[in-house]
Amino acid sequence: MYAFEYLRAGSLAEAGDLLSKNPEAKILAGGQTFIPTLKARLAQPTHVVDVARIKDLAGITVTADAVTIGAMTRHVEVGNSAEVRKAIPALAALALEIGDQQVRNRGTLGGSVANNDPAADYPSAVLALGATIITTSREIAADDFFQGMFATALAEGEIIKAIRFPIPKRAAYSKFHHPASGYAMAGAFVADTAKGVRVAITGAGASGVFRWSDAEAALAKSFAAAALAGLKVDDSNCIADLHAGSDYRAHLAAVMTKRAVQKITG
Amino acid sequence: MTKIAFTINGKQVSSDVEGRTLLVDLIRDELKLTGTHVGCDTSQCGCCTIQLDGDMVKSCAMLAAQADGANIVTIEGLADGDKLHAVQQAFTECHGLQCGFCTPGMIMASVGILKANPNPSDEEIVKGLEGNLCRCTGYVNIIKSVKRAAELMKV
Ligand SMILES: Cc1cc2nc3c(=O)[nH]c(=O)nc-3n(C[C@H](O)[C@H](O)[C@H](O)COP(=O)(O)OP(=O)(O)OC[C@H]3O[C@@H](n4cnc5c(N)ncnc54)[C@H](O)[C@@H]3O)c2cc1C
Ligand code: FES
Ligand code: FES
Repeated sequence: MYAFEYLRAGSLAEAGDLLSKNPEAKILAGGQTFIPTLKARLAQPTHVVDVARIKDLAGITVTADAVTIGAMTRHVEVGNSAEVRKAIPALAALALEIGDQQVRNRGTLGGSVANNDPAADYPSAVLALGATIITTSREIAADDFFQGMFATALAEGEIIKAIRFPIPKRAAYSKFHHPASGYAMAGAFVADTAKGVRVAITGAGASGVFRWSDAEAALAKSFAAAALAGLKVDDSNCIADLHAGSDYRAHLAAVMTKRAVQKITG
Repeated sequence: MTKIAFTINGKQVSSDVEGRTLLVDLIRDELKLTGTHVGCDTSQCGCCTIQLDGDMVKSCAMLAAQADGANIVTIEGLADGDKLHAVQQAFTECHGLQCGFCTPGMIMASVGILKANPNPSDEEIVKGLEGNLCRCTGYVNIIKSVKRAAELMKV
């Protein structure tokens, strides 16, 4: 690791101050992505601003139509939350499929969504549920937030405070785990929401998480796995790497979508 | 430098650390608690697993400064004098190790599994050990050990 100065922010105001004073500073949450990045010398911040202890970033609140989760909420907390399990069981189940127990004990919702890894799980839930990303300066709709691999609408120094997930009528997530890393080779989050059926695919897209509109249209007509027969994910913009080719990932994405629908319809 | 203080295996310690000092390096190099191993240094193998405020975490993926104020237990802190912790006892009884390099992390992760679920199935044990790699045993005896530990903890 290159040397940097560690700073701990006690409040959002203090974090904002430290970040604006130090243009080369970076935010540290659970560190499960950022610390390996520092160790690999892929980042060279002058300062690291630890936001983990800021009270305004903690907590889960549930209302009649939405679940709002603080950015610093760890995967284990989302997965084990009785409230999240009741309101959006697919979201709690997704959280417990991330990484391993040690990673889930440190990694956070805000860190995962800010990072927008193309193989991460949360971005699919955020996009399929039509969630809103609440930051220190504004509210951003999921459809506008994800902007390609590791790219988001966040400006420098903008901190995710919380994410508000509208409660869907029904939803499910199905993931094909990479056998070594545990990340998604392909994952599909299917949600039947007040604004229609939404299908988000992670793990497969070369531009990160995306909505599969053909599947959404087919499921809107008939909410059954059979409605997806013959539909194919376009593989021209799918990831190809040493683990799988783009055609295989596109195929897996379609299979995961069917499985997610089957989880819902039984 | 950042001044930090925390409790480790019941003892209060303090240190001046650089921002980039990893928690595992502080534990091994400065506190000389070398039971916590570094297998990969890339968050994959789980050899560096410790308990931090009740939760199992990989100490190679944490800055020492993040642990300020925490209550840490390492493999050295599990036994009660000469009396092994139930999970340690079970690993010895069931031959849950060969070279032993992964064992501190396996034992800490197993303690974590049993805290959350005192009666895990084989499948739940395998899932609980996803973050830990063993190059020797083939895992069969490790799974047996966790089941045995669950029995020992009931009596
Ligand atoms: C072994 C291993 C397996 C994993 N497996 C999976 C998996 O299966 N699925 C999966 O989805 N993920 C997986 N992960 C990643 C894990 O979920 C991370 O926890 C997550 O991606 C990042 O969260 P974090 O809190 O650790 O963020 P950090 O690593 O602290 O930060 C990540 C990035 O987000 C920025 N950031 C953090 N918080 C905020 C905020 N509130 N506002 C703005 N920017 C912020 C940071 O500056 C940094 O750039 C795995 C990680 C490991 C080490
Ligand atoms: S040394 Fe920490 S996970 Fe391998
Ligand atoms: S006993 Fe040798 S690595 Fe597990």
